[in-house]
Amino acid sequence: MVLTQFLVLGALLFSIGVYGLLSRRNAVTVLLAVELMLAAVNINLIAFEAFWNTAAAHGQIFAIFVITIAAAEVGIGLAIILLVFRNRASGNIDQLDLMRW
Amino acid sequence: MDLDYHALAPELVVAATILVVLGLDVALPRPRKYWTAFAGVLGLALAAVPLLTLAFGDGPETRSMLGGAYVVDGFALVLKAVFIVGGYLVLLMSVSYIESDRYYQGEYYLLMLTSILGSLVMASSRDLITLFVGLELVTGPLFLLAGWRKGDAKSNEASLKFFILGVLSTAILLYGMSFLYGLTGSVTYEGIREAGADLLDSGAFRLAVLFTLVGFGFKVTAVPFHFWAPDTYEGAPTPVTAYLSVGSKAAGFVGLLLLCYKALPSVTEIWGPALWVLAALSMTLGNLTALRQDNVVRMLAYSSIAQGGFILVPFAAAAVSSDPAVIQEAASATIVYVIIYAFMNLGAFGVVIAGARRTGSTMIDDWAGMWRYAPRLAVLGAMFFFSLAGIPPLAGWYAKFAMFLAILRPGNAWATALAVIAAVNAVIALVYYARIGKTMWMDHVPEGTDTAARPVSGSLALALGISAIFVVVAGILPFEFAGVFADLAKVVTTGI
Repeated sequence: MVLTQFLVLGALLFSIGVYGLLSRRNAVTVLLAVELMLAAVNINLIAFEAFWNTAAAHGQIFAIFVITIAAAEVGIGLAIILLVFRNRASGNIDQLDLMRW
Repeated sequence: MDLDYHALAPELVVAATILVVLGLDVALPRPRKYWTAFAGVLGLALAAVPLLTLAFGDGPETRSMLGGAYVVDGFALVLKAVFIVGGYLVLLMSVSYIESDRYYQGEYYLLMLTSILGSLVMASSRDLITLFVGLELVTGPLFLLAGWRKGDAKSNEASLKFFILGVLSTAILLYGMSFLYGLTGSVTYEGIREAGADLLDSGAFRLAVLFTLVGFGFKVTAVPFHFWAPDTYEGAPTPVTAYLSVGSKAAGFVGLLLLCYKALPSVTEIWGPALWVLAALSMTLGNLTALRQDNVVRMLAYSSIAQGGFILVPFAAAAVSSDPAVIQEAASATIVYVIIYAFMNLGAFGVVIAGARRTGSTMIDDWAGMWRYAPRLAVLGAMFFFSLAGIPPLAGWYAKFAMFLAILRPGNAWATALAVIAAVNAVIALVYYARIGKTMWMDHVPEGTDTAARPVSGSLALALGISAIFVVVAGILPFEFAGVFADLAKVVTTGI
């Protein structure tokens, strides 16, 4: 069935995002990885929406909110990364080790 | 689609305050920016007025809007009151702290109020979309506030760590929610509750619930999703830390309450064991790590992780029982704990802010002998720390009492085991809370401490006073105080 294929695509994208988040050390790349995970969520939502095909279209509305809020979060994230870069001249998250338990 | 403007009034007042603060920030010259603080504090106090008219006026008890997605009932009203009062106390604590750094006052109040607005939305949300938007409105501004001291490398680090783990948890939460929607075909809690009962054996549904729980686990700093918390708490400005540990955490618990009791009551087999483990780990690891801290902010960070574990305990009781009375008691135990925790933890952070101004340090050893030169602060400090430890007659004891009552009621072996873990942890916690008390009261003042009197600002004193009065009154008259919540829990658990 077509729904399964979309869900598999979503799961793959989500996994790639998790992998990128854990393996990359550059803060901007980490941000890109999170975007991949959110894209996976949107694919899921739209696929499920097409599957249920209700008049209320909740899946599409949800997806639009996810896109909007993801954009806002990227704005916040880039602002923070720029700030860190300005103070330390590096975007490497491994060097964030001022505080350790 | 009709909007009930009376029911929306608290949110509308806060939103209007945000716009006023923004306008003032643009219009005023730098030396007069303190007016933004005044506007913020006043606006938030005004937002409490419609809450009172909603609670005590004669309208319908439940006001439902937007096709049942946004509901103002007793549960929502009480939690909104907690968020508004808590936010008000945080703003009072911020005034002198923020002013002493002189710049970006307007942005500070703007972001703080936005985050409070988000928590108000969360309390009323009755579908996944509204819940998600509210949650993001709570955390988004906090990423920026954590990095508010722009030139300070620690503050930058706090902000970036918080941001990365925050968006990661959001992505996981959303992935879980997308399956909750996909498998049940509904985004409202009611729809999920009805369709979820048939999906108990579906592996995908199980996974969806667990993903959602992980997402909220980050927000309520449950172990093992707590890694961002101590660093963010230490690096962020102290009033922001106070808000993080109370406002944003309470918002996370509201989300969990709504999901577990309203959306997923039919699948307790899935979330019950998961929350049992989170509660046990959070209490134990939080407390054991707190024992080893020598910085009072970091100690409070771990202590708030442990307190989060205590708040999770009643969920496990609700999961093992099918008796509505037990489930109701568990829900009300969580609500009572969140409310009492909010006041005592805010008080403790108020003491930290005042103590750090007084001694210029947040290391516990530098606070030695504080009662000799700042007796009132030492009394307040002892009060809030012992309340967190759960010593009667301070409010904390009742929170723990209600929690133990709820977990022992089902008489189930797993629930009793969790009660034993909680009891051991309550004793461990007493050790480090009492150590601060001992340092402040019994140790000698270290050489070279500047003991000259430095007055505490009026607004901070007011915040400390309000928290102190609450902690004492709720501790002495707990049953009058708790009677209110028994009814509220009914609202949360209807339909089980």
